[in-house]
Amino acid sequence: MTATTDIAPFKAARRRPGERRRSRIFLTLLLALFLVYSFVPLVYLVLSATKSNGDLFTTFGFGFGTEFNLWQNLSDLFSRDNGIFSRWMLNSVLYSTVAGLGAAIFATAAGYAFAKFKFRGRDLTFGLVLGAVFVPQTALVVPIFLLLALSGLSDNPLGVILPSMISPIGVYLMRVYIEQGVDDELLDAARVDGAGEFLIFRAIVLRLVAPGMVTVALLSFVGTWNNYFLPLIVLRSQEYQPITVGLSTWYQLAQQGGGGGQVLFSIVITGALISIIPVIVVFLLLQRFWQGGLTAGALK
Amino acid sequence: MSNSSATRPARAGGFTSRKLAPYLFLAPFLLLFIAFIVAPLVYAFYMSLFRDTLVGGRQFAGAANYVKVAGDAKFWGGVWNLVLFGVVQVPIMLGLALLFAIVLDRGQVYAKGLFRLGFFLPYAVPSVIAAIIWGYLYGPTFGPFTQMAKALNLPPPAFLSPGAMIFSLANIVTWEYVGYNMVIYYAALKAIPSDLAEASRIDGASAWQFARLIQLPLLWPAILLTIIFSINGTLQLFNEPFLMRFLARDVINSSYTPNLYAYSLATQNQQYGYAAAVSFVLGIVIAGSSYIFTLITNRRRSER
Repeated sequence: MTATTDIAPFKAARRRPGERRRSRIFLTLLLALFLVYSFVPLVYLVLSATKSNGDLFTTFGFGFGTEFNLWQNLSDLFSRDNGIFSRWMLNSVLYSTVAGLGAAIFATAAGYAFAKFKFRGRDLTFGLVLGAVFVPQTALVVPIFLLLALSGLSDNPLGVILPSMISPIGVYLMRVYIEQGVDDELLDAARVDGAGEFLIFRAIVLRLVAPGMVTVALLSFVGTWNNYFLPLIVLRSQEYQPITVGLSTWYQLAQQGGGGGQVLFSIVITGALISIIPVIVVFLLLQRFWQGGLTAGALK
Repeated sequence: MSNSSATRPARAGGFTSRKLAPYLFLAPFLLLFIAFIVAPLVYAFYMSLFRDTLVGGRQFAGAANYVKVAGDAKFWGGVWNLVLFGVVQVPIMLGLALLFAIVLDRGQVYAKGLFRLGFFLPYAVPSVIAAIIWGYLYGPTFGPFTQMAKALNLPPPAFLSPGAMIFSLANIVTWEYVGYNMVIYYAALKAIPSDLAEASRIDGASAWQFARLIQLPLLWPAILLTIIFSINGTLQLFNEPFLMRFLARDVINSSYTPNLYAYSLATQNQQYGYAAAVSFVLGIVIAGSSYIFTLITNRRRSER
């Protein structure tokens, strides 16, 4: 992202400076309009998380409440139902981290096999893996649930973690990455020196493709964090559910109004705010890896 | 690569054997792939051949479930909902993404970094959470838009009415994915060699001509990819309508989208066989429409 092909002087070179600045301001305003649209729900979320339940209904949605109630909301959020929210949070962190690491390692190993070895059935297998990118994920959820029930893995976190470790797009990315980034001669030199295949993979390949692995890990981490349909169906017990499923249960309760549902509104809103913070932090910290992954996906 | 086996010192097989190595590297991924993609597909197909009856239990039904899906107004009604949804939403979403990517790439704006980041931020919000937030914004009781309308003595906007619901859902999806698609286009634009811009400038092309005649054709693979992803995602729509259902149960029924239908068949009616057939036909519809779309666009391009 460093070498920018800046073609700004394009037509503008033939224009007068005033005209150029006006077009610049116009385009900036156009983008600013969409930026407002992108931020409105997030601003609303932050503002609402600072309000008491009463203020939520009586004060203006895009304004402040009569009191700053964020700390109370947080304490309500984390104490509701014996503090189950922190459990959901931990579940989400655990499932997403394990799925991200697993996806990165398995996709790298598989990508390495496809990139640097000739073996029987290679093209057929790779074609199958690529084809899976186009299998609708949600069409698999109900059958996965039924298969898990058969194998005694229903209502088991593994039923969410293991399927989340499969990243066909990750295998594809790592194959391209390894083909371009790992020299055959380097591998052969290591073989001549007597290094075993596993040692070569661990000591040479993993080190060279670490940035690509981070991309795959990130994509799977975020995919698992945001996943809803699979855990919704597979995990029945509240203490196993991730944040998306747990929070949607409270949302449903709040919407139905009964059983102190009204009080739940500010809890759901505060929970929603807390639940997006980890993904936003991960995304901001590792921005360059996101873009790397999306780029490779788009160009090939 | 080919001569290395001759120079390589002879080794005793096992873990370090070069013949065996690719299979071992592939094994962990492939095992999971078979267990959680291939097996569910095969099992879903097998299940779809059976009928679940209340009295007689599970009975072999041959293609009966598929015949039933083919004539099921609820299933096709859901598909039709999403076709309407997609025809409106996908061009708007991808058009905006493309416009923003080109504008940001040309660099004639202030605060580029802020826009790139800000547009992409909604993608970091889980779709469930996005649906919850927008649900509150749409809310007819304390939603801010209702509040504003009331303050101005206007009728409150009916975001959740039968006629408006599909647009309200389309808005949520657009909000979530414009930035994502923009980043894909932006990356593809960055890969276009800068001397092309230089050459067309010397030839006297305007910025608009450059975008239309040079950038768009080169962006085509990326655009095709995002269209296929969008068709795929649209026909699988579940999270957003599932959450909005809590707000408007009479507007979004249990077969509003095919996935909602499959979900309610499996979880509420325990009609697993029929649910599997519905999932399978949905998969065929999705794969088929992606394939047909690719075919049509390829033919049109080769005719030119």
